[in-house]
Amino acid sequence: MSFISVRGLKLALAGGALLGMASTQPSAALAQNLSFYYPVAVGGPITKLIDALASDFEKENPGIKIKPVYTGSYQDTIAKTLTALRGGEPPHFAVILSTDMYTLIDEEAIVAYEDMVKTDADKAWLKSFFPGFMENSQTGGKTWGIPFQRSTVVLYWNKELFKEAGLNPDKPPATWAEMLDYAKKLTKKGSTGNVTQWGVQVPSSGFPYWLFQGFTTENDVRLMNAAGTETYYDKPAVIEALQFWVDLSRKHQVHPPGIVEWGTTPKDFFEKKIAMMWTTTGNLTNVRANAKFDFGVAMLPANKRRGSPTGGGNFYVFKKSSPAEREAAVKFAKWATQPERAAQWGIDTGYVAVTAAAWDTPKMKAYVAGFPAAAVARDQLPHAVAELSTHENQRVTRALDDGLQAALTGTKTPEQAMTDAQREAERILKPYRR
Amino acid sequence: MNQRLSANIHGWLLLLPAAALLALFTHYPTAATVWQSFRSTPKGSRPSVFIGLDNYATMLDDPIFWKSVVNNLIYAAGTIPTSIALALLMAVWVNQNLAGRGFLRMAYFTPTMLPMIAVANIWLFFYTPDYGLIDQVLKLFGRGGYNWLGTKDTALWCIIVMTVWKEAGFFMIFYLAALQQIPPSLAEAASLEGASRWYFFRRVVFPLLMPTTLFVLINAVINSFRLVDHVLAITRGGPDNATSLLLFYLWETAFKFWDTGYGAALTVVLLVLLGAFALGQYFYFDRRVHYR
Repeated sequence: MSFISVRGLKLALAGGALLGMASTQPSAALAQNLSFYYPVAVGGPITKLIDALASDFEKENPGIKIKPVYTGSYQDTIAKTLTALRGGEPPHFAVILSTDMYTLIDEEAIVAYEDMVKTDADKAWLKSFFPGFMENSQTGGKTWGIPFQRSTVVLYWNKELFKEAGLNPDKPPATWAEMLDYAKKLTKKGSTGNVTQWGVQVPSSGFPYWLFQGFTTENDVRLMNAAGTETYYDKPAVIEALQFWVDLSRKHQVHPPGIVEWGTTPKDFFEKKIAMMWTTTGNLTNVRANAKFDFGVAMLPANKRRGSPTGGGNFYVFKKSSPAEREAAVKFAKWATQPERAAQWGIDTGYVAVTAAAWDTPKMKAYVAGFPAAAVARDQLPHAVAELSTHENQRVTRALDDGLQAALTGTKTPEQAMTDAQREAERILKPYRR
Repeated sequence: MNQRLSANIHGWLLLLPAAALLALFTHYPTAATVWQSFRSTPKGSRPSVFIGLDNYATMLDDPIFWKSVVNNLIYAAGTIPTSIALALLMAVWVNQNLAGRGFLRMAYFTPTMLPMIAVANIWLFFYTPDYGLIDQVLKLFGRGGYNWLGTKDTALWCIIVMTVWKEAGFFMIFYLAALQQIPPSLAEAASLEGASRWYFFRRVVFPLLMPTTLFVLINAVINSFRLVDHVLAITRGGPDNATSLLLFYLWETAFKFWDTGYGAALTVVLLVLLGAFALGQYFYFDRRVHYR
């Protein structure tokens, strides 16, 4: 009911606007006023950083006013954007999950960058990003999003616990077999037989598909096609990957049973309840500040190959805007992804700086020299693949999430769970294959 | 005649502001929801079209919908009687003359004042395996390490327990107010007649509380279908839809999947369900309730 009352509310507000604010409109014609929606998905003073970014940009570009609007989590941001879109007043540009690309295209909400950039310098700019990030930003030969706050999955390990278990504290597991072997040595049981320390933990609440993509990529299989119209959940290699994850807890008992909470996983790591964890690079600053022991950051272990999904948000420019407004929005996206700024943004937040040039800046080089762990995500990027994203994205990933949780809690076998998930995804995606 | 007309107009004018607001924010959205539930979801340049009962047919075949209905019924059965019984017990307890009564009343009422999301986050910590509060207590007895929210069999019950804790204090306030309305002369008369305390409670106090019980019951039923903030904060419906409640699924369909047509159909089902409960309670229980 409430999504309709939103419309009712809009109606009422529009009525109020007609009565009260009609006179203020003409004066806005001179300067470009851009509204900008952005989410906050990691810890730290992100809103302050964004406000500073906007005011710095305004200083250098008089005539353009940026109005940043903090819109909650990624989920809230897409919800607010689509609601605003249906009410006829979307933002001019926004940072939204790269995986929402198909949703925004299907809603005919956004403009491709190729339709907005004109100069050769701008075209070169489009090519300056890591290819691993562009997979989620391009489809049908066009670029719909510009990478901004992006991340990948990495493995964090506790060097102290490695030493205690008689392992080399400077050598993270490089393969699945090694990870399992280490995890067995790192799992400790108390006097009553209950486990007091787990070898490894891969969170599975909320969006297990993302971490699962680590396993599938390493098993050298893709979950969807580039057009976003097909999924491959029931391929044998996918089932094999899930079997390995399930076996970690059910068979080998080196991983906590059931569904593991995403949010408390770093805390489990700080409390030494787990010796290794898989989580986003976005947690790097958090772990650095809170771990009271020596820790290491490594690429995810390989099976048939190395691999991890990318994640995070892109800049999108909305269709309901004048050419001048679009130009101003592109200008901001370009300005915010300049090497120096991208480097600073990465240092401040823990996100992976999005261009190779950003990693070559003196500032970034100095940062990496003092904190080598920061470079692991960059080094993993050549192995990274696009985060799962299709048309009807939320539903199609939800089908996989349900299947994963069913297998991890033991209600279904991996094979059954993936067959069911694939059937559901097929049903949803069928209309998009025409 | 003329005077009656003007009195009529006068009356209607007085009602108009409230009626207009109700129409705008309640009746129009309700009617629009019913209308939308017969239409497809608009997508980009594809406008919404009339599809009759298709959305409802989809619902019949939708396992997650049925799972949410069953979950919601378990949730209602788990929360309503327990929270009402607990509220009554607490109210009778703090209605006595005992030291620290004001403090006790406040303590019981505190959960009600906390925002749902804050409560959910507190309980999220309680349920955390190993170092969460519950597991730490269990550890004293050599147990623990139990993943309360991450196991299908326990996740829904975790949410039920949390809801009872949150709701009981609120209902207690109503019972407490009702208990204070009962004249002390009744208790005196009963003790003169030699009635036991339990007999007095069962035959005098409880019947006198019936109007309150009805009111609380209706509220509890509505709340059990209306509140999902905690599901969103704690489990997001997982693991594998084990804690998906009807309104949560509705929210997910309408605002996560953006299937507004199907979302509208789910809303209609929820409205009909709640309407039926409310009518049933009024017509069935109302006759059994003794109003003074």
